[in-house]
Amino acid sequence: MITYEWLYVLAGAAFAIWAALSARDRRWGNAAFWALLAVSFFFGSHLSDLANGVLVLALVAIAGLGGLKRSDPPTTSPQEREALAERLGNKLFLPALIVPLTAVAGTLLYNFTPLGETGLFEARRETLILFGIGVLAALAATCLWLRPPLLGPAEEGRRLIDSIGWAAILPQMLAALGAVFALAGVGDIIGGVARGLIPEGSVFLTVVVFAVGMAGFTMIMGNAFAAFPVMAAAIGIPLLIAEDGGRPAVIGAVGMLAGFCGTLLTPMAANFNIVPAALLELKDQNAVIRQQVGTAVPLWVCNVLIIYVGGFLLWR
Amino acid sequence: MNYWPLAGIAIVVLGFALRFNPLLVVVSAALATGVLAGLDLLSVVEALGKAFNDNRYISVTWIILPVIGLLERYGLQQRARAVIAGMRGATMGRLLVAYLAFRQLASALGMKDIGGHPQAVRPLVAPMAEAAAVKTHGDLPEEDRDRIKAMAAATDNVGLFFGEDIFFAIASILLIQGVFEAAGYPLTPLELSIWAIPTAIVAFAIHSWRVLAFDRRLGRAGQ
Repeated sequence: MITYEWLYVLAGAAFAIWAALSARDRRWGNAAFWALLAVSFFFGSHLSDLANGVLVLALVAIAGLGGLKRSDPPTTSPQEREALAERLGNKLFLPALIVPLTAVAGTLLYNFTPLGETGLFEARRETLILFGIGVLAALAATCLWLRPPLLGPAEEGRRLIDSIGWAAILPQMLAALGAVFALAGVGDIIGGVARGLIPEGSVFLTVVVFAVGMAGFTMIMGNAFAAFPVMAAAIGIPLLIAEDGGRPAVIGAVGMLAGFCGTLLTPMAANFNIVPAALLELKDQNAVIRQQVGTAVPLWVCNVLIIYVGGFLLWR
Repeated sequence: MNYWPLAGIAIVVLGFALRFNPLLVVVSAALATGVLAGLDLLSVVEALGKAFNDNRYISVTWIILPVIGLLERYGLQQRARAVIAGMRGATMGRLLVAYLAFRQLASALGMKDIGGHPQAVRPLVAPMAEAAAVKTHGDLPEEDRDRIKAMAAATDNVGLFFGEDIFFAIASILLIQGVFEAAGYPLTPLELSIWAIPTAIVAFAIHSWRVLAFDRRLGRAGQ
């Protein structure tokens, strides 16, 4: 049976190669960071919780001390790329499409044909495992078609992962924060307070409070990912799902999107709202946010309705 | 009831506001929350390590980078720009609606780095939108030009935010899955990403309507 452990070995290999290339490039901070992540992927399941915890602290120490830098591995020049794009045309999009096609078609086939009975994949893990298979297929197809130098795929991957830097593990770290919040009973505390504020049995108002919380915390923190574990632990899971019996997939997915509406409204989300105003040399640094208000607010209202209708009315 | 664990949330809010490194903020909040809830520091580190390890699949998605990087080496970004540049000839409203659709579709298929402010909006979408508006409405004052450029940037954001979650192997979907699984509600990425579709359609409808209305308003103001 193919399990997540197979994917972890694949990801571990990718991070190990990036660590080695960073070391060759004498970027020691990057090398150490990606090497620790490779260790986590290769051996995490066999390490003690304490060892994994120390590994997390080490990763954060490197990132916090500014140890990660962008890199510039050898690649093609903008002029060469222009010429290649001209020659290769829209076929360039095709290899990237292999990945979602493999994953979606594979998942459907696996779930709705007798294939599923083979037990080839770990239960509920088939989509992400098929994503991994799709990546390998796309990589093979691209290499066969374009014949890059041997280290090409690894170096191009390193160029991108180094431009993402420590942010690459932020979502994973936020999910871990959510688990610690759950352990410490943060959800119970806020849930208790919220229960006192929301009139008994009003599912709709609870949905509204959840969506207000998602958008509000996102606006304060500038990041819906950071707001999500907090609001899920506080209202989404204890009240909407456990108490009111709502549909988990809708509350999770659309709750996050209600948070994204908050991202459109806040100068704290500088990358999306303030940086473009500077890039476009606009006089008002909040000009982009001003143009987004009229979309974000009605869309947030629609998200509340989608959660209420899809998560409750159509569910029971 | 002990309300002290809520200090962890305050640390997250303050830490992000003061622009400390987000990883540092998140881990400090986790440690503080656990300790204030009455656990000893060592067991909080253990809990954090276990949770980080359990959620490794969220970071597995980066294995796609060699594919994207390789395609970029052969001109993927330049080709995307050519596609966007080919949208010319329309009015400002129609141009931005077309770009919105392109950005949403590409993100939904996992190509969320096609587009973006430095790569597409500044060099292409904003100047093209401005030129199209001037062509239809005649010369425009500086404030209107700024509003058009801001609308181009806004369109990029809306397209990305409300397209990317349809792609299941993306950090936000897997983060939702991780948080829910830790709380005892196992979900699959695909059932989450399917529920991003209604919002994506509504976002397209609302923002398209607004862009077209904005174009009409510019016309009226010019007369």
